[in-house]
Formats: sequence, C-alpha cells, structure tokens
Amino acid sequence: MVAEKSSKTLSVTLRVWRQAGPDAPGKFVDYAAANLSTDMSFLEMLDVVNDELTVKGEEPIAFAHDCREGICGTCSCTINGKPHGPGHGIATCQTYMRSFRDGDTIVVEPFRARAFPLVKDLVVDRSAFDRIIQAGGFITARTGSAPDANSTPVPKTDADLAMDAAACIGCGACVAACKNASAMLFVSAKVSQLGLLPQGQPERDQRVLAMVGTMDTLGFGNCTNQYECSAACPKTISHDFIARMNRDYLKASVRAAFKPVSASASGGAG
Amino acid sequence: MNLAGSLFSSSIGRKILMAITGVILIGFVIGHLIGNLQVFQDPDHLNGYAAFLHHLGPLLWIARIGLLVAVVIHIWAATVLTLENHAARDVKYGVKHTIQATLSSRLMRWTGVVVLAFLLYHLAHFTLGKVQVSTFKENLPPYTMMGDYRVAGFPVVKAGAEVLDVRSMVILGFQQPIVALFYIVAVGLLSLHLLHGFDSLFQTLGWRSEKWAGALRKISIVFCAAYFFLNATIPASVLLGRLKVAEPVHVAAQR
Repeated sequence: MVAEKSSKTLSVTLRVWRQAGPDAPGKFVDYAAANLSTDMSFLEMLDVVNDELTVKGEEPIAFAHDCREGICGTCSCTINGKPHGPGHGIATCQTYMRSFRDGDTIVVEPFRARAFPLVKDLVVDRSAFDRIIQAGGFITARTGSAPDANSTPVPKTDADLAMDAAACIGCGACVAACKNASAMLFVSAKVSQLGLLPQGQPERDQRVLAMVGTMDTLGFGNCTNQYECSAACPKTISHDFIARMNRDYLKASVRAAFKPVSASASGGAG
Repeated sequence: MNLAGSLFSSSIGRKILMAITGVILIGFVIGHLIGNLQVFQDPDHLNGYAAFLHHLGPLLWIARIGLLVAVVIHIWAATVLTLENHAARDVKYGVKHTIQATLSSRLMRWTGVVVLAFLLYHLAHFTLGKVQVSTFKENLPPYTMMGDYRVAGFPVVKAGAEVLDVRSMVILGFQQPIVALFYIVAVGLLSLHLLHGFDSLFQTLGWRSEKWAGALRKISIVFCAAYFFLNATIPASVLLGRLKVAEPVHVAAQR
C-alpha cells in the first residue's frame, strides 16, 4: 500500500541574519515564508524564499550548501540556536519543514566563532579546519594494491571505532554548538581516526601535537566538557574521542620531552 | 617543546593542569572534612588533631605551600582559558540554546568565584582570626587534653597538654546564624562545583568513556551529595543546638 501523500502546508516567519560582507554591520531581518510544503527540506525552503526575493529585486540570502544529502558537511546555519536545526544526528539539508509548526518564528544565524569568519549572511569561512587537517600531515603506510589491504590485521572493534571517527564531515557544528567555540570534537575525530589504526601509528605522536598546536593558534576556544558538540554533531560523533585525544596528547608530550632525537635529525639534504 | 611548555601554553595542557590541581584540591577537601567531623566527638579529638597539625612544623608549611600553588595554578588556568573562550565567540548568538550541558557545568565560573571568596573568608575566620576576633582560638582559654590524641596508634598529643580550643572556636562561630548559613550555602556551591569538576577531570585526563560514563556520573552525584551533607551537618548542628561548647574543664582535676 502506498502511503497517503501528505499535502500539508505551513507558513512561518524567518528571522535571518543579513550581513553584506565580513566588515559590514549585520542585523536580523524578518521574512514571511507562506504555503510551504511540510516535505520541503530547510534548504529548499530557503531556495523558495530566495526566489521570491529575487523576483522582488532584493538580494537573496547567501547560505552554504552542496550535496543536500547529509554527507558533504557544507551546509551550516544555526536554527533557533542549535546548529543544523532541531533534529538529532542530521545536517541542515536533512531538516524538514515538518519539524516546525505553522506560525513559528524561526531564527536563522550563521555558525558563530572567531575562527570561522563570516563571509556573507549565513556563510562562514571554515578553512581553519583545512589548516588543522594539513597540520596532521601524511601517513607513511604502504597501501600496496587492493588485495594488500588485508595484509595489515586490524581488530574489528578498532576498525569500527576508527570508522565512527572517520564519519566526521567537517561541517563545524561542534564549534558552533560549543559554548566556547572549541574545535575539540572535530580535531579529536581526525586524530583518532588514524590513531586507532595500525597504519596511523608511526606519526601518531607528531600528528596529535601538530593538530592541537595548529588548533590553538587559530582562535578556537577550549573544551569545558559540556558535550554540546557531540549532541549537535550531524554524525553523532562521541566526545569519547576528546578524552582519547587528551590522553594521546599527554602521552605524546611526555614522549616528546624525553625521547632521544638523532643528532642529524635537523640536518639532511637541502 | 618541553613538557612544562606544552602543559602551560597549550589548550589541552592547561586543561590537564586544571584537572591535576583539581584532584589535589579534592583530596584536600575530603581530608579536611574527615578531620573536621571530629567536632562531633569529645573535645580531645578536634583540639588534639589541630595541635597535631600545628606540631608538624615544616611539613605543615610544605602542605600549605603545595595547596597554595595548586589553587593559584587552578585559578590561573581557569582565568586564561575563560578569557580565550570569550574571545573565541566574539559575536554572540541571537538565540541562546543549550542542548545537554548540565547546570553545574554552566555555573562553574560563578561557583568558582564564590568558592574563592568563601576560601578567603574561611582563612580570615579560623586561621588568621580577622573576623569574630573574640572567639578566635588564640583568644579563648586554652584547653587541657584529658587523654592522648593518637595518630596511627602513636600518641602525638599527650594528656595534660595545653592546646588551643579549636572546637569551641568553631561552635561559638557558628552560633551566629548568618555565618553558619553562609558556610552552608558556600559548601553547597562548592559541591556543585565539584559535581562537574570531579566528572570532568576523568574526561580531561582521558579516562572517561561512554562505557562507564553513567556510573561515573552517579559516583560524582553520590560523592558531592555526601560531601555537602557531611559538611553542612557541622554548622547546621550548631544552629539547631545539637552541638554545644563543652562544659568548663573542671573535670581535668579528676585525673
């Protein structure tokens, strides 16, 4: 039996942060969005509002989006104070208008963090995350050809845990949700993803030290163990990874302080 | 970078300093509470205990300086981290929303400041004698020990020794309701501070995981409730008249 198509509609008031550029003053502007299908995604609703704005000759609302299926981490938006809206474990693109009630006022803001400077309206520059990833560097694992993948034994539990960490799409909701705009959940997911696997062991210490060091220079806040990050994460990445990174960082710092270094380490060709 | 450098200058390093100094201070407040509960026994106990601590001499000063260093590092790290946290969100949200952060975690800065104010008052009250001067231990008649005060079986303060009457100082001090109530409220806020702090230090030191996080939370709640209740019984018992100053020491003549 085919489910009855829900043809319900709703009308809401959008209170959207409008800011023409990084240095321009910003403010909330109200827009009426009427006759919306409850089956629309939040981004489709913004598309409809933008169509109307364009017809009226007004500047459409700038917002970030790409895959619209919850895997790219491009869409952002803080909806009624919660990154990615009211749902649990979903991105803004997977938030549907049925999550709201007719007559609601929905406040839409960009992700707020000094490390994510605002570009325009709801779009922020999250390239600070790219710099953290770059600081992580390369791994020396030999990948070989396809059958060689099984030549390095990985315990199933470790592989599963590493995969949980690898589910991070780098959207920045953890930073946006954190009371201190801390990037600890993101960095811990990236550190743990490789740190849990045998292939990631040779650079494990250097990776955590470099990634945390870079994180610290980019203007993110510090973790106060309130776990708003994991609650807002569209991939429900656990804050257990933060504990894991704290441990890794402490061990790596101790080892870095006492481990002997080759006399020729700073030399080399060139 | 050397180890001290990464502890004092990195975000995680400072968090670890918070956790380690926190452990030291939690250890201290537990020991302090156990010592104080001797107020419910005969006056020999608390007064003998206080005399014993003062006779430790250099060891007492090592402990005091150690605690002072822990407090200073704890407050320094909290201040630096908080300033960075405020700077990290330079533009605030129009809608403030909390998903799951606990009340105790959100009040850490406020409870911390009140606990510091209480600590200063408490030192001025029972250590330095700057408030309630007339009932300060040095201004009360000395107490003559009726029996030996023993630590681990060894008599450390002998019977007949004249010691400061700490027990009477505490009880007379708490007979002023405003002081007793302030102590109860302050200890309540300290317990709330410890509720997040105790739970949180396991996360910072990397020992917490989802597998036992629920149990850890329950342990934290039981620990903080017990800590509050046991501490509050002292001023509350004085206020309710259940804990009174001992009769004058004419009994000493019987020996």
